[in-house]
Amino acid sequence: MPCDILVALAGNPNAGKTTVFNGLTGARQHVGNYPGITVEKKEGTACCDGHEIRIVDLPGTYSLTAFTLEEVVARSVLADERPDVVVDVVNASALERNLYLTVQLLEMGVPVVLALNMMDEARSLGLRIDAEELSRRLGLPVVETVARRGKGLDELLHAAVEDVRARETAPWKPLIISYGPDLDPVLARMEACVNGAALLTSRYQARWTALKFLEGDEEIRSQCRLADLDATRELESMADEVAAHLKTTLGTYPEAVVADYRYGFISSLLRGGVVARSSDTADRLAFSDKLDAVLTQQLLGPLILLGILFLVYQITFVLGAFPMHLVEEGFSLLKTLVEAVLPEGLLRSLVVSGIIDGVGGVMSFVPLIMLIFLQIAVLEDSGYMARIAYMLDRVFRAFGLHGCSVMPFIVGGGIAGGCAVPGVLAARTLRSPREKLATLLTVPFMACGAKLPVFILFVGVFFPSHEALAMFLLTLAGWVTALLVARLLRSTIIRGEPTPFVMELPPYRLPTLRGLLIHTWERTWEYLKKAGTVILAISILLWAAMTFPRPDEKTLAALDVQTAATAGAGDAEGARALAQLRYSLAGRVGQALEPVTRYAGFDWRTDIALLGGFAAKEVIVATLGTAYSLGDPEDEGRLAGRIAVDPQWNKASAMALMLFVLLYAPCMVTLAAIRQETESWGWALFSLGFNTLVAFCVATAAYQVGRLLL
Amino acid sequence: MAQIIPLRQLDKGRQARIVTVAAEGELGRRIRDMGLVPGAEVEIIGRAPLHDPVALRLKGFTLSLRNSEADFVTVEPLE
Repeated sequence: MPCDILVALAGNPNAGKTTVFNGLTGARQHVGNYPGITVEKKEGTACCDGHEIRIVDLPGTYSLTAFTLEEVVARSVLADERPDVVVDVVNASALERNLYLTVQLLEMGVPVVLALNMMDEARSLGLRIDAEELSRRLGLPVVETVARRGKGLDELLHAAVEDVRARETAPWKPLIISYGPDLDPVLARMEACVNGAALLTSRYQARWTALKFLEGDEEIRSQCRLADLDATRELESMADEVAAHLKTTLGTYPEAVVADYRYGFISSLLRGGVVARSSDTADRLAFSDKLDAVLTQQLLGPLILLGILFLVYQITFVLGAFPMHLVEEGFSLLKTLVEAVLPEGLLRSLVVSGIIDGVGGVMSFVPLIMLIFLQIAVLEDSGYMARIAYMLDRVFRAFGLHGCSVMPFIVGGGIAGGCAVPGVLAARTLRSPREKLATLLTVPFMACGAKLPVFILFVGVFFPSHEALAMFLLTLAGWVTALLVARLLRSTIIRGEPTPFVMELPPYRLPTLRGLLIHTWERTWEYLKKAGTVILAISILLWAAMTFPRPDEKTLAALDVQTAATAGAGDAEGARALAQLRYSLAGRVGQALEPVTRYAGFDWRTDIALLGGFAAKEVIVATLGTAYSLGDPEDEGRLAGRIAVDPQWNKASAMALMLFVLLYAPCMVTLAAIRQETESWGWALFSLGFNTLVAFCVATAAYQVGRLLL
Repeated sequence: MAQIIPLRQLDKGRQARIVTVAAEGELGRRIRDMGLVPGAEVEIIGRAPLHDPVALRLKGFTLSLRNSEADFVTVEPLE
């Protein structure tokens, strides 16, 4: 059966829209992104009364202006896909504010069915809502629901279908609100002008477009400019005129007048017994307030926050270590198997080092990512995430970030041992685009777990009695760099006013298991799909760079001798591997880089290891092993011994290397995540180049100063 | 009639009615979208550990905003 009805779900964030969506569609849903932006696009299907219904979940918004991406998306879906009906999910306990969006939907002319959600909470707040009267006054169906318990959802869908059937092909009838003696006359003239020029009339109602001019809606204005420049200029001059008039006579703005009249319309809707409050019942918000009195208390609040962040970190990396290890074991088993089946040669090398290592790298992160997403979903759905932002905003704002930036930083390695991949993905909770971008680009500076082996190796050799202190200082260096760079980015290329913080603190709620699982699964799947393809490609490219061109036997023999002379005596097999590596593209790049990297104290062998580290930072120590002609690169004890006696290494160069590894280009899995979250290769490449530059400057400074002092 | 003060100066736990919202542009829109309009009743129910942002109670829900954003709003304390 083809889908014959299109339903769009609209509503404020925290009104339970997602719960309604999950309840209506069950598992018949899929998530994607709107093309070119990171707003999630959710669609699902449901059946009702012999109709197959396609349901689009619009992003949660408070309004339909165009200040956030979510609002732009919601609006263009309504205009372009023209759903048969919009189910507007409102939080019954904050009806007035929620109806602000409803009124705007009605002004656009879309047919609306109202879902009075969270009726249980509203009742415990002592609210009584006369749904029938509300329905009569608004002229649309109103259904009471408690989406968390699945109550009222069947009725809701039924009402939506009924509404579509009853209306059939009747045209949209917009709601017309009076905006008072100052705006109404000019609005009428502007409406006539819009109609006269047929400006966007195929998408929007004329009065609505005129209203958007008064509200200063840039998106609509620029669309109009493209369609008809003269008419747009005329509309703009009318809007400017009335704005100037309001400013001088009343000291206010058109958009403020519009908002006042809308809220006025809403309160007249609710007057006369539609909403009644009795104050004698237990206050649900009072319970939330009591929790807040402890959880956001001046002293206890930050301490509990610290505890919770530490717990998230522990659960992710301690609990995650077990399945992660299993996945890694599985892949190394696969490797052994392939090695047994395929003859030695290029194909085996490609399958083992290119494909299995690459895919294994992606897969081994999956347990971590699932755990982090699960916990983020718990923190978000319970309402605690908003409190984190609330408590930390003051600190992070000083660096041009947002209170919500703390989560990505902690997960990304703010406590040494994290991982930038889930860290970058955790930045999704940030709703402010500039702050989010600055967070994404600075998370990779943190001391993630894969950088630790490098630190352990070099600290062990050169600063043996100060291991804990050195680790602590490196973690601190990660934080300091991240925050300072964020500040720098926000005052240069991501310049702009801080995004307004104005944010709802939803009441604490127990998350539903179903919501958590759906959330976790869809985000993990998205990671797998996108990261998987990109990383496989890059990992094969890197493998090729470290394998080709291959020297013939004669060249190899000559190289062997030469390499052995420069790199010191190693075992024969190791020397041969090194000679081959040196002859490869990566080796040549390493040698070409040496004149530059010498300023930071790195020779070409270190350069190759650092290039390899781009695939995954874990590779650095292994590649150093190869580059120091060891047959078994896993043998860290021997590698430490060789580094200790090698004239190339001293305290200064060790320090420079550790700082470089801490700060340089994110690994390719992180880059893929950055690309996914910014929807742009540009920013991913930027972080590749920019972070390496920062790292090189810091490492060079450290090396040059260290040489003088140490 | 009680005097009109900036929202920032409102004592915790005291009810007040919003008199003016002087913000324009994105901030103005966000503030109004959340129901902070002249006539609305608010109460400061808490401040973050560093005294910024503040938590406000409006009809049926809680809102937080920065002190610098609260400066655009004036209120009239209720008895």
